[in-house]
Amino acid sequence: MGGRTGTFHENYTQDMALFGSGLHRGAIALLFIALFAGPFFLSDRMLTILTTMGIAVISVHGLNILTGYCGQISIGHSGFMAVGGYTSAILCAHLGWPFWAALPCAALAAGLAGLLFGLPSLKIKGFYLIMATIAAQFIIIWIIIQLRSLTGGTDGLLVPKATLGGITLNSKENYYYLVMVMVVLATISAQNIVRTRAGRAFIAIRDNELAAEVMGVRLWSYKLQAFFIGCIYAGAAGSLLVHYVRFASIEQFPFMDSVWYLGMLIVGGMGSITGAIMGVVALKVLDELVTVAGPILAAAVAPQAAASLALISHGVVIIIFLIYEPRGLYHTWEMIKIYFQVWPFSHQQTD
Amino acid sequence: MTFFLQLIVTGLAQGMVYALIAIGFVIILKCSEVFNIAQGHFVLIGGYLGWTFLVPFHLPIWAALLASIGVAVVMGLLIERLMLRPLIGQPVLAVVMMTIALATVLGGLATLLWGAEYKAYHGLLPTINMTLGAISVPSESLIGLMVSVVCVALLMLIFKYTKIGLAMRATAEDLQVVQSVGIKATTVYAFSWIIACVVGVIGGILLGGVSGANMELANIGLKAFAVVLLGGVNSIGGAIVAGVILGMLENVAAGYLDPLLPGGGLAQVFPFFVMIIVLVFRPHGLFGLASIERV
Repeated sequence: MGGRTGTFHENYTQDMALFGSGLHRGAIALLFIALFAGPFFLSDRMLTILTTMGIAVISVHGLNILTGYCGQISIGHSGFMAVGGYTSAILCAHLGWPFWAALPCAALAAGLAGLLFGLPSLKIKGFYLIMATIAAQFIIIWIIIQLRSLTGGTDGLLVPKATLGGITLNSKENYYYLVMVMVVLATISAQNIVRTRAGRAFIAIRDNELAAEVMGVRLWSYKLQAFFIGCIYAGAAGSLLVHYVRFASIEQFPFMDSVWYLGMLIVGGMGSITGAIMGVVALKVLDELVTVAGPILAAAVAPQAAASLALISHGVVIIIFLIYEPRGLYHTWEMIKIYFQVWPFSHQQTD
Repeated sequence: MTFFLQLIVTGLAQGMVYALIAIGFVIILKCSEVFNIAQGHFVLIGGYLGWTFLVPFHLPIWAALLASIGVAVVMGLLIERLMLRPLIGQPVLAVVMMTIALATVLGGLATLLWGAEYKAYHGLLPTINMTLGAISVPSESLIGLMVSVVCVALLMLIFKYTKIGLAMRATAEDLQVVQSVGIKATTVYAFSWIIACVVGVIGGILLGGVSGANMELANIGLKAFAVVLLGGVNSIGGAIVAGVILGMLENVAAGYLDPLLPGGGLAQVFPFFVMIIVLVFRPHGLFGLASIERV
């Protein structure tokens, strides 16, 4: 392998470059081509899987900024997605807004909800914050049920077909392209947010709150910013999900999804944009394996085996990662890369 | 007035069970600083264990109780050894995620073993009927009260008069000092998980005997968190008082406000409102110790 055995950045521009080497750029270009060409050779089922994966990636990017970078743990992310999804659904179904206008409003609404439920984070942290966000999830869903005239309560709400620039997004291919464009935008913006002043402040808060405050990082401002940004991603993802299914219901935003989003971060690797994508792909692939293996197991063992397999497999995967690779798949990937770069030596040359 | 008193009495019954579950949570938290999200799933397993030993095995009530406690002890030991011990010294998020993963695995096991079905076994637990004036005191409320009181008394005795109880109290006080005098912290952790499992399973049998075992039992655990936060996370007495307060408040609020709300279901979400209010205004709860951060 002709990889370089070290970091040879000579100036600031090189150090800040998103795509380091030619190999890296080539790989990204190949990925884009593969994503673009996907609908030409993939089946409908594969497109559906990729689209839901893309929506999850957008949501998990938000959670990654909030939890992975800023260290504010949230197990209410699915609730914030519900805020975005329902805002978008109400604007389109009741007021007849176009999709392109409803999407940013949905993101904004979710962001504001995130600000509101992020307020306790100024006083509490760790487990207490987890509890506050769990409470947020249940309270949001309850409020949605209460506002029956707007949201349809437990019956759900039909959402009209989304149109964008004269194109009706009624086929799987159309929507796949929309979601993939959004995923690319979300990934680039997330990667850039964590490189800004705010992003560095988030990392400082995560690593040591007290030290960050002493250094002059305004905790309240940056914590609320993290909640706002993280929930904006959730709102956009919720809006995309609702328009994809063309129906908004509370079953689309269950509490367990909030848990799985956090699980995806752990499996992929917290505080890494690539890691977030890896985690989503890994757990969604596991989902599909369970969907395939479930009926076989149900026929062989017991009818309820399929349902329990989903729960047990996800739980066990998260347990294994927590014990054996707490830094996630991204860390494993880095280790593999370094192994090949420095081969036949066992260590990287450092100066 | 009768309506109000009836709500209060029903709330008391629920509150005592919440308190029992919350105690298991507080013990683990005090001894090992682990926030155990899976406490509700111990209740779930307990409910189904009660059914298993009482209905298909036809055991008498005392034997079923002993057998369930035996299973709970093994479960507690395994959980501590296999899942929590590798995570000693890890950040809060890793530990909390571990207990969440534990919760999903327990939920999956319950689905696999008992088919996520409703298993009724009421009538098998002893009943005591009592009426106070116009209101009837439900039997489960009395039994819940008695079992909770017995459990708490037993725990107090263990903490006060046994060596392991002393070690647990000391660990709650200062881990480093405890280790330096030669007490094995891992033994204390294992014991705290055993107690939490046993307490959860007993709560599960109580609830299962009243309303049957089903997957909904696990949600009780989420409500118990509101109890724990209201009472103060490191106070056993606080958990009991808060359990009773919350059980009553929940019933009164649901009884009077539910007819006014279109969607209803206030009792389900009420603990979460309490949680948020407590977290914003008094994060250490009614009886908890306010934590002071020093550099």
